[in-house]
Amino acid sequence: MFENIGQVISLFWRTLLALPLTWRQRQKVFDQFFEIGNASLLMVCVLSFFIGAVIALQTGPVLVERSLASAVGGVVGIAIAKELAPVMMAILIAGRIGSAMAAEIGSMRVYQEIDALRTMNINPVHYLVLPRVLAIAIALPMLVVFSVLIAWFGGAVVANSNHLIDIPARVFFSDLRDIVELKDVANGVFKSFCFALIIGVVSCHQGLTTIGGPRGIGRSVTKAVVNSIVLIVIFDYILTRFLLK
Amino acid sequence: MNGSNQNNISSGVGLVVRGLHKSFDGQEVLKGIDFEVRPGEVFVIMGPSGSGKSVLLKHLIGLEEADAGEILINGDPITAPEIAAKYRMALVFQSGALLSSLTVGENVGLYLAEHRLKSPEEIEQIVTEKLADVGLHGILHKMPSELSGGMKKRAAIARALVIEPQLILYDEPTSELDPVSAVVIGDEILELKQRIGVTSLVVSHDRDLAFGVADRIAVMADGRILTIGTPDEVKNFKDSQVQNFLNADFKREK
Repeated sequence: MFENIGQVISLFWRTLLALPLTWRQRQKVFDQFFEIGNASLLMVCVLSFFIGAVIALQTGPVLVERSLASAVGGVVGIAIAKELAPVMMAILIAGRIGSAMAAEIGSMRVYQEIDALRTMNINPVHYLVLPRVLAIAIALPMLVVFSVLIAWFGGAVVANSNHLIDIPARVFFSDLRDIVELKDVANGVFKSFCFALIIGVVSCHQGLTTIGGPRGIGRSVTKAVVNSIVLIVIFDYILTRFLLK
Repeated sequence: MNGSNQNNISSGVGLVVRGLHKSFDGQEVLKGIDFEVRPGEVFVIMGPSGSGKSVLLKHLIGLEEADAGEILINGDPITAPEIAAKYRMALVFQSGALLSSLTVGENVGLYLAEHRLKSPEEIEQIVTEKLADVGLHGILHKMPSELSGGMKKRAAIARALVIEPQLILYDEPTSELDPVSAVVIGDEILELKQRIGVTSLVVSHDRDLAFGVADRIAVMADGRILTIGTPDEVKNFKDSQVQNFLNADFKREK
């Protein structure tokens, strides 16, 4: 386990050292970015809308019953911007994109494509890891901003239409604006940037260390997703503690 | 065959392997390998599966590091940092190892594109020429998954040629190929030797290929070289292990 952690940190460091090559790899970064957006946008919309809706549904009636109707917009807004959107989107992307990264690189490893790169003096970190980590580090925060807006909209729809809550959308957003500050959204976006680095590096590392044919690829994909999610949850706590100060 | 663009390729390099040892998890796979490949010759290493041939090949291209021993190219140790810049080596993998996400043209031109050695137009022209050199036409924009096994291997050879290599290593170049495709690959190896004088090291357990293309053959078993010689010398070598391996196919045919 400690060896794996060391390897992941080492890969992260080597990716950082490769950052000056970003411009050279820009086409690959763009391709990966497009793939992430293309593969995730619809799911992000659906998931975010219903996360916002269910948070409003869970908290709205309780708050309204206690004459705290003006807090509904704020509670939904804060919960989504600071916690739910970054974490849920990171988990979604770990499952959708992290698994694909681990599978693709793992398959390249098993079928000697990475060895072929090395024989051509092409560094796999520069060619495979850097574009993926950069693309996910750009895409996830953008998806989170998008997710926050859709989830707020979902919350407003439920707050407006549910007879137990019955708060007009205009009032919901007005209450939300009173409580949610730009820095709350920025905190969530910053968290998602950190989660993106975790997903990118962990998934690429799993891919690069794949052994043992198709079964090995399957194992790598599972490990990439599980390890990413565990690290996301752990780092969520650490980052939240840090950002609350 | 189009060989007009090959005139600038320098002739092959010599390779010396001395006392190479390698173990994985306590199991010794290479037990002191010694041999020499002369510039411009086709040197074939034969041996049964699991004899350590592919591991040896990975050491020669720098994908594995030996526990002991040395590999010299024209007298320079392969571990020297300047070796990649000084000598051009290419490995044709058993599977071809074309990148499945790239077209055949992108695969063949990958070295030039990634190292920014030529403009995209020049790369396309070179790639077309190299593919034509190995008898492949009109497949520039096809994906590797659309090619047959033989075409994949020839595309892999074209990718190796783009580097303008002085040493080409082949890992089981005829495995999983039908007899006709295997003959074509053998012809390619000979053609490259004659046309550009490249040194070729072929690892294979295909007896027909080995005796068809080799200037010299080494027979390897259980991590050791059993004998080295010309095809005739190896055929007549009086050693039961060597003869058992060489005659296995004859026995099966009977």
